[in-house]
Amino acid sequence: MNKYGTIKVIENRYKIDGVHHFMDPNMPIRRADGKLCGVTNPRSMNYIHSYGGEAVFFENLSQGRLFGSKCENPDCEFKGTVYMPFRIHCPDCLGKNTVYDLTETAKKSSKVHTFMITERTGAFNTLKKPIKFINVEFEGVSTILMGYLSVGEPEIGMRVVPIFRKKNPTYTITDLSWVPEGTSDSKLPEGFSF
Amino acid sequence: MIKFSKQQLKTPELMRPVYLVTVGMSPFARAFPETRTEELCVEAFTEAAKFIGMTPAELKKYIHTCYYGHFADHFGDQLLGEAVIHDRLGLDPLGNIGVKTGGATGGSTIWEAVKTVASGYSDCVLAMGWERMDEVPTDEGNHLISCAADKDWETPLGHIYTGYYAVMAQKYWQVFGKQEDSFRRTLAEISVKHHGYARFNPFAQAPMKITVDDVLKSPIVAHPLRVLDCCLMSVGAACAIICDEKTAYELTKNPLLIYCTAGSHSLRPACRRDMDIPLLPNETPEQYKNLDKEFPGGERYPGFTGFLAARMASYYAYNQCGIKDPTEDLDVVELHDAFTISDVQTYEDVGIRPYGYGRAYVESGDCYHTNPKTGKPGKLPSNLSGGLIGCMHAVGATGIMQVAEIGYHLWNRWAEIHGDQKRWDRYGRSKPKDWTDLQVAGARRAMAISHAGVGSHVTATVLMHPDAKLR
Repeated sequence: MNKYGTIKVIENRYKIDGVHHFMDPNMPIRRADGKLCGVTNPRSMNYIHSYGGEAVFFENLSQGRLFGSKCENPDCEFKGTVYMPFRIHCPDCLGKNTVYDLTETAKKSSKVHTFMITERTGAFNTLKKPIKFINVEFEGVSTILMGYLSVGEPEIGMRVVPIFRKKNPTYTITDLSWVPEGTSDSKLPEGFSF
Repeated sequence: MIKFSKQQLKTPELMRPVYLVTVGMSPFARAFPETRTEELCVEAFTEAAKFIGMTPAELKKYIHTCYYGHFADHFGDQLLGEAVIHDRLGLDPLGNIGVKTGGATGGSTIWEAVKTVASGYSDCVLAMGWERMDEVPTDEGNHLISCAADKDWETPLGHIYTGYYAVMAQKYWQVFGKQEDSFRRTLAEISVKHHGYARFNPFAQAPMKITVDDVLKSPIVAHPLRVLDCCLMSVGAACAIICDEKTAYELTKNPLLIYCTAGSHSLRPACRRDMDIPLLPNETPEQYKNLDKEFPGGERYPGFTGFLAARMASYYAYNQCGIKDPTEDLDVVELHDAFTISDVQTYEDVGIRPYGYGRAYVESGDCYHTNPKTGKPGKLPSNLSGGLIGCMHAVGATGIMQVAEIGYHLWNRWAEIHGDQKRWDRYGRSKPKDWTDLQVAGARRAMAISHAGVGSHVTATVLMHPDAKLR
């Protein structure tokens, strides 16, 4: 249950309802001999963040679609460059990129460029440990995407396919994960499907 | 920016010579539970004044502008901490500004100070950096550091910045390291070296007498990186006074010429189109023609095996100050060893060794104060302070600490600063019985590389004796 209130956008303004910050009494920090050194400042607060032009990417993960973007500006020296991660603007001409569906490309051509495995995370991690980071390269895409492997052990050059959290999506990058090519439905983590 | 224009490759010029006059540091530690940040900054400033035989009040009279390097406001929960420190140093109402470029914050602070003097705006500038990383527990600290990645695309993947380096380590290890055990041992040797040199540094947080096997048996953080492959999380402050020629010689008989340049790159490795490797003066296009055949998988540039920003910073620096070959022209360096792997990657980016051959800098013994293989002085000693692995990584102060450390060598005062028993006692640290003077004999030129997460910002600061300048 989310203890924070709700945020909606109505007529291009945030409508904020309920409580969005919580605090507890502070405590002194003392040396063993009792001398005061400082105090704690416990509190939690909610952040409001706009995805802007990238919202289409995060919305569509829950629909099983992987959207990159492409520069189609005829005047751009590098017209036709495809980006994943999604870039709202072409980094060369700064024209607005078009949304470019990479779902099928990803299913057919994704390969592990590099990877790492970690048991350690920072606070607020939501992924199951050990986390297997993979950096994924795609045919015809100029850049590389960071993600995580949900089944098996990563290797450089390994073929992987995307899976999507279609059930109870979080609308974050964690809704996209990867599994080795040929993985069966039954092995996918809960809430995920191809 | 991947396809350079002529304008973008212009050699940066200074409108007048710029000098480093003095430096100062606080001790560095994981926590200072009984010390406010301003006390650390006052300590660093007082040390800088003392180094040139002045009182803080006397030195302050010369300062015209202040640059403050402080990266992580959210650690200390203090927005505009620069204003607090400026006030406590009693430097109001002089103009000041905060500088924030991740792990390169200290180097960027120097960069700004040098340009301010070079332009004629100021004749004497304070560059002060600090970091307060003890105001949250370590796992929350790791989360806060990971916020330096893109918060929508990378931070949610583990909230652990080490992971973003580990993928680079894995690629480098497999491509240029060819997965050889000997390469892994070379990485470990860097940690042994840096923790070992930290033993002779009273400012250092993590002095250790360890072996390669200790490193290889230390707990895994993010495979293949282990705890002892990683930099420290630190608290502390460092400062530098940067002047024009006239003021410099008023303040000291021995100012050093200072140059500083910068480069940058996407905070996502390999997140731009492929490009040709920008070449340094000691490289030729032919030498990289067969890189992909020598090292299959190593053809992508910029990729996961190097830092384009470090290459650009050194490209600008070498052309600016006339360095043809860093190994020949420099006498000592401090490199940004955030991780053992990024230390090796940087050897290649700054041209100490060609791409693919960074390990040879360690394996040859060139990077040591005294080459363990020959017993003679190392050709280009690196990180004699202990670096980020052995000395500290108090982010905003790190790049300034590096400049202070190479400065002490060029001033031939390394032993005076690091060997003083009173300093060891004052910091509550035990001077080892085998304390060794690491002064690089006859050092005339030096460089410090300051670097931000996965190479998003890098600065190259070069110091030279005025009688040893190259152009």
